[in-house]
Parts: sequence; structure tokens; C-alpha cells
Amino acid sequence: MSAPSTTELSEVTRDDASLRRFLHGLPGVDQVGVEQRAATLGTRSIKKASKLQAIDTAISMVDLTTLEGADTPGKVRTLTAKARRPDPEYAEVPHVGAVCVYPDLVATAVAGVGDSGVGVASVATAFPSGRSNLAVKLADTELAVEAGATEIDMVIDRGAFLSGRYGQVYEEIVAVKAACGDAHLKVILETGELSTYDNVRRASWLALLAGGDFIKTSTGKVSPAATLPVTHVMLQAVRDWRDRTGELRGVKPAGGIRTTKDAIRYLVAVHEVAGPEWLTPKLFRFGASSLLNDLLMQRRTQLEGHYSGPDYVTVD
Amino acid sequence: MSDRISVAKTYKLYIGGAFPRSESGRSYPVNDSRGGFLANASQGSRKDARDAVAAARKAFPGWSGATAYNRGQVLYRVAELLEGRREQFVAEVAASEGTKRGESIVDAAIDRWVWYAGWTDKVASVFGASNPVAGPYFSFSVPEPTGVVAVLAPQASSLLGLVSVVAPVIATGNTCVVVASQDRPLPAITLSEVLATSDVPGGVVNVLTGRTAEIAPWLAAHADVNALDLTGAPEAIKADLERAAAGTVKRLVRSGRGEPDWAREPDVSRLRAVLETKTVWHPMGV
Repeated sequence: MSAPSTTELSEVTRDDASLRRFLHGLPGVDQVGVEQRAATLGTRSIKKASKLQAIDTAISMVDLTTLEGADTPGKVRTLTAKARRPDPEYAEVPHVGAVCVYPDLVATAVAGVGDSGVGVASVATAFPSGRSNLAVKLADTELAVEAGATEIDMVIDRGAFLSGRYGQVYEEIVAVKAACGDAHLKVILETGELSTYDNVRRASWLALLAGGDFIKTSTGKVSPAATLPVTHVMLQAVRDWRDRTGELRGVKPAGGIRTTKDAIRYLVAVHEVAGPEWLTPKLFRFGASSLLNDLLMQRRTQLEGHYSGPDYVTVD
Repeated sequence: MSDRISVAKTYKLYIGGAFPRSESGRSYPVNDSRGGFLANASQGSRKDARDAVAAARKAFPGWSGATAYNRGQVLYRVAELLEGRREQFVAEVAASEGTKRGESIVDAAIDRWVWYAGWTDKVASVFGASNPVAGPYFSFSVPEPTGVVAVLAPQASSLLGLVSVVAPVIATGNTCVVVASQDRPLPAITLSEVLATSDVPGGVVNVLTGRTAEIAPWLAAHADVNALDLTGAPEAIKADLERAAAGTVKRLVRSGRGEPDWAREPDVSRLRAVLETKTVWHPMGV
């Protein structure tokens, strides 16, 4: 897939009309094809040493997330402790990619992760619905950045996107990106509300054009959340972006990934669709809360030669 | 019509209330006591055992949390269904074990089930206690189910023995993964069909068929299994199974060489084997 090569990407974002022309000029997604390919790649079997390596890679890619109304500083501190050292009995287990919290808990999370190298991601811009005006969204972002967040997970305005106001969505992402400063920006497309793969592809390109460092599938508050085919489409988008611009942008599936088996399927997709250079926490993350427990359990199963149980790893 | 070709069945496993094929795709022929073909059964693998343990763990909170009275009613209902299938059981026991006493064995098995069903709401008063302590406290000891129990069913007694090891485990509120008799699995398969149509929640009893020596070591070492019944374990690997089980401090139900006489009147030892005791101290009133 490649967009009309005569169009310069800087020209694309000049006005609403050219943006629309570009996004609607993207080739359509072959729904049956992408679903079949995702299913086929999902059957690939990863064993022994490769599996162990895949598990460690997946652990380092986890954005350990808690986004509940009932979150407390205590819970966030527990989470950061687990993020720094996921399995205390095995010191060689890598730390996770980041912890992901609401903006008011960023300061707690920053103190908790210390200098371990674990990032602190904060959702912002009226998460999860994105239903507020730009001033509030920017204030939300600044709150998180000032508290020390190194990554911002913003949501796009799905209402504007679905009614075709691409320019508005674009401007918002650009504004939030500016407010982020040095922090990485992940743009949540909420693919569960976009209804078609074509829309997912358009939203992905829109977010990449606007400067998002990552494109993220979902908030985790809407079902369906991340699925393999949707992630395929998004991985194709970042691959095509690299082909056109030479820049590497990341992808983050979030929500509904609970088992090691699922996680490995995603890693296979990353390797096959985008390429091996994406197999790093800098370019691929899992938004998940319970996935880490299963990864640790399966890691022990591999090392100890028998099945492990939830009595032997921390379960939150 | 005498030359009609009969439909030979290929049975499946019973995991989490469903009847899946073995993950490995294998099956093996089951023969009667004279070597004649009876049916095909799934040959379960370690991954089937893993799935079965996960199903049993998932079913545990609901089953152990049900009231003892409710559990009793559910088990009595199973006895009714066993009664409804008695002719099938008699035929299978007779074919598998090569005995003419099929009828009386099935009778005994159903009676055994009812006997254990009656124990559900008596366990707490028989094994529990209000302890006399030197201080201003009430002290109670209450029996609680151990958790997920892996049961290696007796190899010879395919129905009466099976019922005698499974019924006490679930009557006390445990959930179980049963590895059926390797060469005589049909009564166990029929029992799983009975359980699937009864009120016993899916996952409380999971039945695996296949090579006991292949599946048992994985269950013995599995960290999410809390107890292991060695009754049907092959002599050659018994010691290894015990060692593996010790790695995660499982409760063991040991058995001597050879099978016990299942027709003998049962006692409470099998109930007690899969119970833990919780003791609560409570300050006496003001």
C-alpha cells in the first residue's frame, strides 16, 4: 500500500479539503484478507528459547495500566513497585515499558518509578470519551506533563472524525503534541468506535501526519478493544510511514490482551507486518493490566519445567 | 437388517463443561476385556491437563462457595441421572471389566454416590469443632475444601472405584481433574455425560482419558493443583509423582500396592483427605 506518490505530505495537511482528499485516497483495506492473514499468523508456534525471549520482550513492552475511578496513591505505588521488578525471585526479568495512570496520579507514579528507567504515561484530553473543548484538553495535558509524565496518551475526537471533520482532529493532535513538550505522544484512535478498517487506516495516517509518536488502538473502556486485524492495519500504516518519510513511529494495542498466547501473536504480527526493528519497547507497547501476571506465570513455567499458578506470582 | 454396520463412537474429553477433542488430536482404541473393539477415546496430552486445571480453578470459587445443602441437592440429582443411565453403565462395566456382576456394581456405585452426597452438610459438624481455650475467646475450627484436586482414577474398578474417589472430592467442595482408567475409560466418559446434563457446574469435574503415565507427572508438578490422589497411579512412577508433588507441597492421597476392595463399606477418610482446617479466634462478648 502506498499513498499517491505525487502528493507531498506537507501539502496534504495544508487545508481540510486536501486532507480529506488524501485520507479518502488511501487504498481500501481488504477486510477478508487482513482477517485471514491475522488468523494465519496467529497460528504460528513459538517454542522454548524463542518463547522465553518473546516473553521477556513482551514484559519490557507492557504499559502497566490502572485506569479506574477507584485508583488510590497506594495502588499506584504497588503498581510502580511491580513495574520496576516484575518478578522479585528472578532478577533478570526486565522492567516494564511504563506505568499508565490518570493525570492526578502522575506525581505518585513518578516518585514510585524513580530512576529505574520505567516511563510514566498519563492519559489526558478528557479520557476516555474525549468530549470536551480544546482548552480543557490542553490543560489536562499540561497537568500531566508538569507532574512529570514522560508519555501522554491522548484520545481523538471520534465524533469529529466520524462526521468527516478531519481538520479539527488534526489541529487538536497538533496542539496536544505542542503541549507535550519532550513527552512522547500516543494517539488513541478507539478503533472499537471507528466501525471499519478503512476508518482505522485513515485515522492512523491522520495521527501520524499530526505528529503522534505512537498510534494506540483503544482506551480499554470500549468493546471491542484491541484486535489482531486492527493492529495489522495500524502496523501497515507505520510501515508505510517509514517507507515514505524514513521515520519510525510506534504502535500500541491496548485492552483485551490478557494471555501470553495473545501477546506472542501480536509480536509475530509486529515482526511480519512492520518488521523486526519494531520489536522494541520504543516502538511497540501493550496497554494491559493483567497480561503481566500471565507473562510472569508462563515465564516460570518455561524455566521451572512445570505449570505455574497464581499463588506464586503477584496478582493484582 | 442383521448386516447393519454399527456406528463406532470416538469419545472426547470433558473439560470445563464442554467436550473438546484432545489438543494433540490423538485418540486410542478402547477394547473390552477379551480384546474386542468397543470405541475410540481421546488421548489427552499435557496441554489438555493444563486446560482442565484452569477450568477446575475457575469453577472452584462457585462450587466451594455454594451452600453445603445446595451441593447435596446437586449431587442427589446426579444420582437420579445415574439411575436413568443404569443399563448403559451395566453394559459398559460388564464389557470393560469382563464381569457378570455389572448390575450389582452399578447399584453399589449409585449407592456410594448417594452416601457421599449425604455427607455434604455433615462435614462441617463432624470435622469442625468449637475448641475449649484458656482465655476469653471463642475458638472455632471449620473444615474447608483443599482446592483443585488431581485424581488418578483406579485402573481396575472403572465405575465403583471411580465414583468412590470422585464423589468425596466434590462433596467437600473441591473441584477436580480426573484421569480416567487408561484401559477402561468408558464408564468415566458416560459419567461425564451424566455430569454435563446435571446441575453440577462445568469445570467442577473434568475428565481426561489417555495414558495415565503421560498425564500424571504434569498434574503432579502443576503449581495450581492443591492435592493429588495417587490411587490409579502406575507403580513404576508413584515415587516420582510424590517427589514432583512435594515440590509445590500438595496434599497426597496415597494408596498401597494394588487396589482396595471398593465394595467394602466406605469410611470418612477420603473426605478428610481433601479438607483443610481453618481455626478462628474471636474475642468473647463484652
